[in-house]
This record gives sequence, structure tokens and C-alpha cells, in this order.
Amino acid sequence: MVRKEMIAMLLAGGEGKRLGVLTKDLAKPAVYFGGKYRIIDFTLSNCVHSGLDTVGVLTQYQPLELNRYLGIGSPWGLDRRDGGMTILPPYMQKAGGVWYKGTANAIYQNIPYIERYEPEYVLVISGDHIYKMDYELMLQHHKERNAAVTIAGIEVDWKEASRFGLMHIDEHNHITGFEEKPKIPTSNLASMGVYIFDWKILKSYLIADENNPMSTNDFGKDVIPAMMNDNLLLNCYIYDGYWKDVGTIDSLWEANMDLLEDQPSLDLGDPQWRIYSVNPNQPAQFIAANASITSSLVSEGCLIEGDINRSVLFYGVSLGEHSTVTESVIMPRVKIGKHVQIHRAIIGDGAIIEDHAVIGSPDSKEITVIPVGEHVKARENLMGVE
Amino acid sequence: MNKQKIMGVINLIHETDELDKLTHGRCTATVPFGSRYRLIDFTLSNMVNSGIGEVGIFVHQRYRSLMDHIGSGKSWDLQHRKSGLFVLPPITDDVQELSRGDLFHFYQNRDYFLRSAPEYVLITRSHMVCNIDYRRVLEQHIAKQADISVVCSHSTEPVLGKARKVRMDENGLITEIQDSYGRMVSDHYNMEMYLMKKELLMDLVETSLAKGQDHLVRHAIFSRLNELNVYGYVHDGFLAIVNTINSYYGNSMKLLEPEVWRSLFTEPAPIYTKVKDGPPARYTNNADVSRSIIANGCLIEGKVHNSILFRGVHVHPGAVVEDSIIMQNGIILPNSTVKCSIFDKDVVLEENREVKGVSSGPYLAGKRKVI
Repeated sequence: MVRKEMIAMLLAGGEGKRLGVLTKDLAKPAVYFGGKYRIIDFTLSNCVHSGLDTVGVLTQYQPLELNRYLGIGSPWGLDRRDGGMTILPPYMQKAGGVWYKGTANAIYQNIPYIERYEPEYVLVISGDHIYKMDYELMLQHHKERNAAVTIAGIEVDWKEASRFGLMHIDEHNHITGFEEKPKIPTSNLASMGVYIFDWKILKSYLIADENNPMSTNDFGKDVIPAMMNDNLLLNCYIYDGYWKDVGTIDSLWEANMDLLEDQPSLDLGDPQWRIYSVNPNQPAQFIAANASITSSLVSEGCLIEGDINRSVLFYGVSLGEHSTVTESVIMPRVKIGKHVQIHRAIIGDGAIIEDHAVIGSPDSKEITVIPVGEHVKARENLMGVE
Repeated sequence: MNKQKIMGVINLIHETDELDKLTHGRCTATVPFGSRYRLIDFTLSNMVNSGIGEVGIFVHQRYRSLMDHIGSGKSWDLQHRKSGLFVLPPITDDVQELSRGDLFHFYQNRDYFLRSAPEYVLITRSHMVCNIDYRRVLEQHIAKQADISVVCSHSTEPVLGKARKVRMDENGLITEIQDSYGRMVSDHYNMEMYLMKKELLMDLVETSLAKGQDHLVRHAIFSRLNELNVYGYVHDGFLAIVNTINSYYGNSMKLLEPEVWRSLFTEPAPIYTKVKDGPPARYTNNADVSRSIIANGCLIEGKVHNSILFRGVHVHPGAVVEDSIIMQNGIILPNSTVKCSIFDKDVVLEENREVKGVSSGPYLAGKRKVI
């Protein structure tokens, strides 16, 4: 086996409970984002652009659609002779099958996979964040500091800081403490869930963690604190680009809306850092004579006869005449009839919205979510009284 | 099971080419068409969608762009262990031999035919743009006990582009085929797609060449209409014949009917092309787009009406694109206007300029031109 300096372990087992109906039959990393992508496309593309050619994808919940999507990794250039993409589900053993008990246990169960490549470093990332990051720069930082682990951190808005796992660092970027979603944050440096470990050290901690019956087998709660207790060097790599955890309906909607700025902070069009995804094989979009589209992203295969403002339309969507869509995310193959109003909503893929239906409202605070494949009929009373 | 019955041959030898600047640096087969495709995508996809797993392309001249476009054939799912895609360039350096008819090249590549398992051969060209299921052609071929089946299109209006005319009797038996300049009056046009047994093709190749004849259609088929049962199969879907600038422009504009757009690109099966991984098209606050086809990767900040934009086109604020075709990565800078024009790839229209053609004679800008 060809030796690899660093391999990636991508945690793609997230159930994404807080995304509700959007993840009923779908693992969170497979949720659609940005008009043509799925969330996991971002981390996979990051790996490839960072020069990583060996990626283990750890799956657990609802893996069917995710597995089918990933295939043998060809769309990301990960169908390689040595390395490439390997899907690593939990499996049955003689003593019975075990699910991945936690993030650390998921890596622990795949020690044999990692050992095949004899890596010096292991990158552990999760498949449910939207960002573009060169892991090679982070590895350089890690090597320069000779750290046991390097954790990527990003400064977030103080008002939102309590939603994240936060880190305290000293003037050398050494991590001095953690806070997990505190009510009153004393730091605004959030962990991005991106770790580079020295493999030998990680391996010994994973084995110790597995032998500790009190452990919850989680990186954030168990393994990293244990390393800190032993006074290992925990290094923080500060990243200042766009990063978003799209774990909730609101943040998923917001992240899509972020793409509609005149100068979006997440540039999807950079030819040097393309976000790869499975090609849906759709013709170019058709914009009809009476249509109007402003401040929006529209993908291939769409047939647009109505009005769209500040919205993201995935491939294969049709929108009938006299229909209006504002501040909404319309997932693939949604069929929208005529005289339909959709405001501040996320419409799950394959949904059918009949003529005269009204979904959401322009001044609602909540984002309306229509489940995957739902059939929405017109209201009897068009005034909106049910 | 899915055992191959037909092998495909895309014959690019001596294609009719009156596409002016569009084919200065490329062959007809790789002329961009329909916002994100190349002409050859249609016939390749039709073959694949009809269950043909082995396709040979007889390339001839200026095929660098073709090699770049088709790569390993993966985009059309033609990268198999057993069969797949074969690009067959001329086996000669002799200029005089290069100019010989296509039968000569068929003969040179007879090993390719003999090595392949399928019983039938389907020979097509690249400039007949349509969406067709060749399995229906084979069904009719067998039912009529035809020796050769020729796919034809029916049109009572004069067609755009150059095509041979076909006369057939009420049973579909073809009695006459004439070149596009012939005087015969007929509503049936030859789509240059020929289905026959491989055995018959090999026989036609050898007997014709022995007589000093080297054109597949003119010599091997035209002159044998009396000896062989040559039947027409009438394709009733949309057809664009793309071999002149006027037919390129006129047929492109026909795509702006939603029904044509839907049927050509998706029915009965999708057309495939090389993947580019561009982001979705982005429309800014000032965008004003109507009756147009827009590919992914475009950024629209100005006005686009009645036009076709290929992947990665940027229309700046205040710019106007009307009745035009702008190919890949075209840039229309602020406050400029394009009307009735065809821009090849990477054309830049500078600020405050105006470029105007007429629909009967569109303005044509060659690749990488800066206006």
C-alpha cells in the first residue's frame, strides 16, 4: 500500500434532527444546498483541492441516498487506484454489530482502515458544514507548531457565540480551554469541527478512550479534554473565510440567502476551487417571455414562467405563469403551478405545488418547510383563512 | 439482459461544412449548440440511450477539440471494460488519400467492424440534431425485412440547412434520393442515419471500392436502390439540420419555444455532455431576462431577451443582449448592445459598443475576438 502523509476521515453520519422533515429519509450531509450541491460536496471538494486523495466517509443514519450519491467518488475525482473514497459504515461482527457510539468511536472502529495507509496525520472533518478551506495550509501550521492536535477556529458574532463549541487561546494560539454552547459566552472563537491529529498520539488516545467505560466516545467531550489534561500541545488554526453550520432550518435558509448578495462571501464560481457535485444531466434553464428573475440563483433544467426574487432554485424546477417566489429555497424537481405564492419557505425536492396555492408569507418570521415529495393543494379560500 | 445488437459509427469524414468561422478551429461535430452542448452530443446520447454500448467515431480533420470534448467517453457512460468509445483517425499521412471518400476509411478500419460482436451497424453524422430512439428504427427494420433503413424527417415547410431529399412509396420503400441541390420535390429529408447488417456494410464497402467508387451514400446506397430494400423510417420529433450559418442561427432560435426545448433535450431521453462543474446561474438585482435559455455559470446583471447564453457568460450592468447566441465565457461589458449576433467562445464586447446583425444574416464573431 502506498503510504500517505495525511488522510481524511469525514464524519457523515449526522442525523440532522433539527432539519426536521428535510432529513426524514436523508442523512444531513446529503441535504441540498446552493442550487445544485449537497452539503457534503463542500468538504469533499476541499479535500481534493487540498491535495488529499484518500478519504474515508463514515456513514450511519439513512445511508442509502448518501451512498448512492457518493458512488465510487468519481464526481470529486476520488476514484483512485491508491486511496480514493471509501465508505465506512458500521458493520456486523462475530460478537454482534455495533453502531458508532460517538465521533471518537467511529474513528476507533476504523483503525484498521487508517493503518493501511500508515499516515502521519489524520484529518477529521464533518460533512455538515459549508466552507471552502485549504487543509494543506492548516497542516503546515500544525507541523510548524509540532502540535498533538490542531483545531480550526473561526471568530463568530458574539450574539451567536452561545450556539457553538467555543475555545480559549493564548497569545501563541495554544488552546487553553473549551466551553460547549455556554449561555453567556466568554469567547467568540468557535470550533469548526476540523481537526488534524498526529496519528500515533490519536491512536493511543482512541484505545484508552474505548477502554474507559465512563466515556461517551466523543472528540469534543472526551478525547480532546483527555489530551488537554495530559498537557499535550493543542494548537488552534484561525480561519477567516466563510463558514456556516447548516444544522437548523433557519441556518440552512440563511446560508442559501448569503449566496444572493451582490458580492457573496462564499464564491461558488472560483475556477480554481470548483465545488464538485454529481451532474444531474439537465438542459440549460428556460426563461419564458413573461418571467422575471432578480437577485437569485437558478440551476439547469428549470422552466421559469413566473417571478422570482431573492431565491435559490435547484435543477429541474418548473414555475408556472403568474406565480411568485420570494426569499425561498426550491429544491430539485419541484413542480410549481400557476398563480402560486411562495414566500420565505424551503420546498423539499420533488414536491408538487398546485395552482393558486399559498405557502408562507413575506412578513413571517418563521421559515415554512414543505417536506420532500409533498403534494400541496390550493386553499379553498384564497384570502388565506382556513 | 442487455446484449448489444447495434454498434454505432459516427462518420465525420467530409461533413458538409458551411459554418464559416465556427469551424475554423474545430470540426462540425464540436460546434457548440443549445446553450451547453456540442453537436456530437446529440447523436452520441441518442446511441447510448438506445442501448448502443460501442461507438466508433471516424474523425478526419480538426479533431483536437473533439478529443478534448469526449475524453474517455465517461460523460456518455461509454467507458466500459468490454466495449465503449473508439476514436478512429485516418490511418494515413498521405494528403491524397485523406481526400478520398468515406468508404476508403471504412475499409481501412474494417478490423474495427470485424472485431465487434453486434450484428447491426448504425451510421450517423453529427449535424442532424434530434432526440431519437434507434431501437424503434431496428424494430421497423426487422418488421419490413429491410436491407438498409434510412432515418428521414417529414416537413412540409422548407428546411433550414442542407439535406438530401428522399422519395418513398406508401410502404416506406425509398425509390429515390437526391442531393440537397437536386430538383426533386419531396417533403421527406434524409437525416443521414443508416441502419444495416454489419455483413452488408462490409460487402458494400468492398464491392464499391473494387469498382473505384468511394462514397458511402452516393455510391454504395444511392446506386443500389434497385437491388436492395431501402426503407425510410420517419422520425416525427424536432430536427435541426446544422450545417450553414443561417441554419445554425435559425435552429437555435427555434429552441426558444418551450415545447421544442423540452422535447429536444429530454424526450424520450436526456442528452449528455461534458461536465463543467459551474455554479448555478446568478441573477443580480438589475437582471432583466425574458424568453431565453441560460446555462449554469452565467452571471446576469443586464438585459437578455430572445437569446441563448452558454456556460460562464457574463452580461454586465446596462448591457443588452437580444436575438443572439453567446457561447462559453463570453463577456458583454457595461452599456454595450448585441443584436442578431453569434459570438463564438471567449468573445469580449468592450464598453459602450453596439454590434448588430439581421436575422437573415447574423453578425458572427470568431473565437476570442475582442470587439
